[in-house]
Amino acid sequence: MSDVRVAGTGLTPFGNSPERTSRDLFAEASIAAFEDSGVPREDVEGVLYGNFMGELSEHQGHQGPLMAEAAGVQAPATRYESACASSGAAVREAVKRIRTGEDDVLLVGGAERMTNLGTAGATEALAIAADDLWEVRAGVTFPGAYALMARAYFDEFGGEHEDLAHIAVKNHENALSNEKAQYQSAIEVSDALEAPPVSEPLGLYDACPISDGASALVLTSESYAEEHDLEAPVAITGTGQGGDRMALHDREYLARSPAAREAGDEAYADAGVSAGDVDLAEVHDCFTIAEVLALEALDLEPIGEGITAARDGRTTADGETPINLSGGLKAKGHPVGATGASQIAEVTDLLAGDHPNSDHVADATTGVAHNAGGTVASATVHVLEVLE
Amino acid sequence: MSDADDTVADAGFDDWLDAAEDGAAYYLECPEDHTSLPPRRVCPDCGSTDLEELALPDTGEVRTFTVTHVPTPAFEEDAPYATAVVDFGPVSLTGQVVGIDVGDVETGLTVELEISVSETTGERVIGLRPA
Ligand SMILES: [Zn+2]
Repeated sequence: MSDVRVAGTGLTPFGNSPERTSRDLFAEASIAAFEDSGVPREDVEGVLYGNFMGELSEHQGHQGPLMAEAAGVQAPATRYESACASSGAAVREAVKRIRTGEDDVLLVGGAERMTNLGTAGATEALAIAADDLWEVRAGVTFPGAYALMARAYFDEFGGEHEDLAHIAVKNHENALSNEKAQYQSAIEVSDALEAPPVSEPLGLYDACPISDGASALVLTSESYAEEHDLEAPVAITGTGQGGDRMALHDREYLARSPAAREAGDEAYADAGVSAGDVDLAEVHDCFTIAEVLALEALDLEPIGEGITAARDGRTTADGETPINLSGGLKAKGHPVGATGASQIAEVTDLLAGDHPNSDHVADATTGVAHNAGGTVASATVHVLEVLE
Repeated sequence: MSDADDTVADAGFDDWLDAAEDGAAYYLECPEDHTSLPPRRVCPDCGSTDLEELALPDTGEVRTFTVTHVPTPAFEEDAPYATAVVDFGPVSLTGQVVGIDVGDVETGLTVELEISVSETTGERVIGLRPA
């Protein structure tokens, strides 16, 4: 079974571009990925594309073939939808297809147009990742669901809003040098603590922004990379996916993410690594508390201790295991369908030394990308390693 | 909302709300004692299709809650409102805490089911009132 090379990565700026269609966003990301890879478009055998709310934001279903066309690729295309884990799921399927030998070159990525919906419209669209009958109709929003988990975490393990504020501060700090990030501005702990409440105990600075953007990856088999002498030192060596009950209230633990643990355990085993080998990670911090739950699910922090990781400097840029050196969803932005593949792009660039924050992880060889859907009823985890 | 949304019920779910309004809320249980909520034909834990309706206990305890200030459009007039996950024993439910100031809601609070309505849309909402 061959490893899957990340031959090229491409991202649009993430941010506020309400007038831009997702086909335009994905086209830009794909152009960058093809240029980065040196792989000709005609070698692509399939397009795997993640998108969550295209029906609501653009009145557009059937986005797979539309995006292949936008990217100038004549190959079969499928859209993957798993809420915020949509393009993580697309990456995982691409990895499996290349490993079986079915395909040698795939274009993978995602896009989301969100800001054209406005805050209320985007809040409504994001909420549909929850159980419509039993959660959304009771007034549960996306921030509300994470707020329910945050309070449950505080009750079970301790911690306070100020601990979460340090995560926001860290991720904003990391985004300062990321020209693709939505926010390239430092914030203070006091800014986060004084921000207006969204869903208590979470405030405005605990939440990722509403974003437009796209991501694209050119993935190839090892043999294709060798035959074509590609400069592709980073490979996806492990993939995992987990699932959970849809509604938060149907879960045994409100402050843990078993789906992410399942995905992480599978990805680590697949790659033949353990949490101790991980040098850096991009985790799905749609809300500050989500970063805590992700670290614990990935065994990067013991259960109940992830809350202090940023505050105590373990996950900052110069800490033991830097987390979200891209700025994370919090500061880089979260164009939902683009996020999973964008995390793979960031980890690849960090490991390859092509990222503005690569200097913080100069000796890193192993990175992890963790992508979560909804309140983590779905999750994918990928392990990436430098192979040469 | 289209006319269709207004007039077509969600079988299983609206039936459950009807029952709850009559003080006869229920949950589902399979022969292996796994519990769940409708609409459901199959036990999500074991795949059993033998699901029995049993009476939901009268009161439950708040497991966690949040006060939402930025709602979806369907709850624009309701905000700020408190949403809670409540443990009724065999199952937990998510609902809006009613009949109490949102600032007084706390974990461990004992509540009973009371179907209420959204101030914004008039649609039925699972309400939870301090018992
Ligand atoms: Zn069962």
